[in-house]
Amino acid sequence: MKNRDEIAQALARSGYIADSELATAISLMQLLKRPLLLEGEAGVGKTEVAKALASVHATELIRLQCYEGLDQSSALYEWNYQRQLLAIQAHRGENADAVEDRIFSEKYLLERPLLAAIRRDKPPVLLIDEIDRADDEFEAFLLELLSDFQVSIPELGTIAATTIPHVVLTSNGTRELSDALRRRCLYHYVDYPDVDREARIIVARIDGASTSLSLQIAQMIAGIRKEDLRKVPGVAETLDWAAALVGLDVKDLQEVPELVHETLMCLVKTHEDRAKLTREVADRLLGKVA
Amino acid sequence: MSSCDPTPGFDELEEVSRLVSRKLASFLRTLRDAGFAVGLAEGRDAATLMAAGYAARPLLLRSALKHLVSARKSDWEKFDGLFDAFWLGKRVRARSLTSGSAKAANNPSLKSLRDTSAPQGGRGSASDQVPSNDEAPEGRSGEGRMEGASRAENLGEIDFRKLADPDQVERAHDAAARLARAMRTRLTRRDLARRRGYRLDLRRTIHRNISHGGVPISRVMRRRKDKPLRLVVLLDASGSMSLYTGFFLRFIHGVLDEFREAEAFLFHTRLAYVSSAMKEKDAGRALDRLSLLAQGTGGGTKIGESLKTFNRHHASRVIHSRSCVMIVSDGYETGDADLLGREMAALSKRCRRIVWLNPMMGWEGYAPEAKGIKAALPYVDLYAPANTLNSLAALEPYLARI
Repeated sequence: MKNRDEIAQALARSGYIADSELATAISLMQLLKRPLLLEGEAGVGKTEVAKALASVHATELIRLQCYEGLDQSSALYEWNYQRQLLAIQAHRGENADAVEDRIFSEKYLLERPLLAAIRRDKPPVLLIDEIDRADDEFEAFLLELLSDFQVSIPELGTIAATTIPHVVLTSNGTRELSDALRRRCLYHYVDYPDVDREARIIVARIDGASTSLSLQIAQMIAGIRKEDLRKVPGVAETLDWAAALVGLDVKDLQEVPELVHETLMCLVKTHEDRAKLTREVADRLLGKVA
Repeated sequence: MSSCDPTPGFDELEEVSRLVSRKLASFLRTLRDAGFAVGLAEGRDAATLMAAGYAARPLLLRSALKHLVSARKSDWEKFDGLFDAFWLGKRVRARSLTSGSAKAANNPSLKSLRDTSAPQGGRGSASDQVPSNDEAPEGRSGEGRMEGASRAENLGEIDFRKLADPDQVERAHDAAARLARAMRTRLTRRDLARRRGYRLDLRRTIHRNISHGGVPISRVMRRRKDKPLRLVVLLDASGSMSLYTGFFLRFIHGVLDEFREAEAFLFHTRLAYVSSAMKEKDAGRALDRLSLLAQGTGGGTKIGESLKTFNRHHASRVIHSRSCVMIVSDGYETGDADLLGREMAALSKRCRRIVWLNPMMGWEGYAPEAKGIKAALPYVDLYAPANTLNSLAALEPYLARI
């Protein structure tokens, strides 16, 4: 599958409505064998891209959630020390070489996401989530792994990749990533979807959401995003809200203005923003919705 | 790709591809000039794309190359314009990007900054000037004071604006840069002590206890490294600060050592991100890149609005839990003082400390009467003078405790 239209359709079947640029990016990932770096505001569906990609390729999704202080032992591999200690006790009396061979074997190796990703039979999708939260040191290490796709374990030797995974990195921009990493990757900026695409996302994701209601919700959200809020609602919030409205059996937003106002808590997550979206503001926005 | 519909002759095809690849090389050069990071690998991949049939479909090619050569949001936003200008002969859309990554001379953002401040500079420069009628005579008296004493010692005490002799100015600049570097090294040293911690480090524990025959007697714990202190400097480059701007630019350049954490912004009527321009190794060149910015500053100072821009667009990226925001300004706000107060309140929620350096505080008889500074002061953790090298150096112990 190379054509970007095919990719867009396949993504849509798995529930992700992509714009044509993202489909291009994914086709390039395959053509050029480069990782894809996704940047964008929180909640625009960066992580979902990887999930959808995994279902398109009908393969496993291996996820590495980055956080501050993430190191090789929790990202790559670790020896199972407890079992090794037990093994040493259990085989007391064997000669030292035999014990060593025994405890430094595959059996005692704990696979962490990065190692797992290069040892599968079928190329998995490797999602390295929120890479900006990890330290610079880890980023440098990752860069090495992404170019060589091999891991050297001192006690066991070098493990070369059996397959090259499809790598997707996401970043929220809480820290400036290194230029080296950026250059290594294809770059795609994920923006908030436009009204039409957001409506299609709602229809695809929420059971029982009619086309007209989805369009109304999407228009309302577009209006809210233009307000001066601290935390702009993302697609995830839109889906929450749509699910809430569908659950409350709403057919048309215009008919139930109070309910619209009361359920806005699905969208705004701070007290300040809540105070800003007064009844008047909600009514004004609702007035613009067709 | 589905692009092999027509069937031109072989020679013709080869001719086209030769033309295209030559053109491609010059396009990549254009991109490089515009601040994109385009290396050999990108060139090779771009050629692969051309060969894969992308060349026949301009829009698809634009989108593909955009993913390939962009490295950040600012690249992403300006790529389409550059592509259209080069391949389709359209004019580059004027976008005000305040990334500061491109060269100062041909960066539209710098020009637009200058343009916007120019008209105000013509009309209202007086509104933001320091009300000082004693400048000229004092300048001379400062020079006079220098004569008798040892120069090296005195340099630390002299108000920057009173330095007149170019040689002296040069040495003060150097001293500012050295001071900044020393402060950074000491303040960002990492604590590696690991005697106590939150989690057992089995790997190291076993290694440490080899001498006990593998019986774990002493434990090794893991401890999170302290984040190095990050300094975020917001420098007021308006007309009223012009006597000090040069020194602080040198100071910031020293602070922004390539490998450690610090970010710098410049503001007058607008905010500009200048870290990348300042990371130029050579101080002279870095300052050249900024000279346009620093010059176009005759106008008023909109501190509140600049802070608003900072809070909305930059704060989440540059501020972390161990950040100190250092605002260098005289607090003469020509915009809305209430807005400044609100934005300071928002900023103070985000960062560990706000230090406000006011060069005018070192002047005799100065009181913070300007309405801008009055609105901001409640949220400032340290309000200090910064008109001499010694007063800058005096900040270090404070910053070390953060």
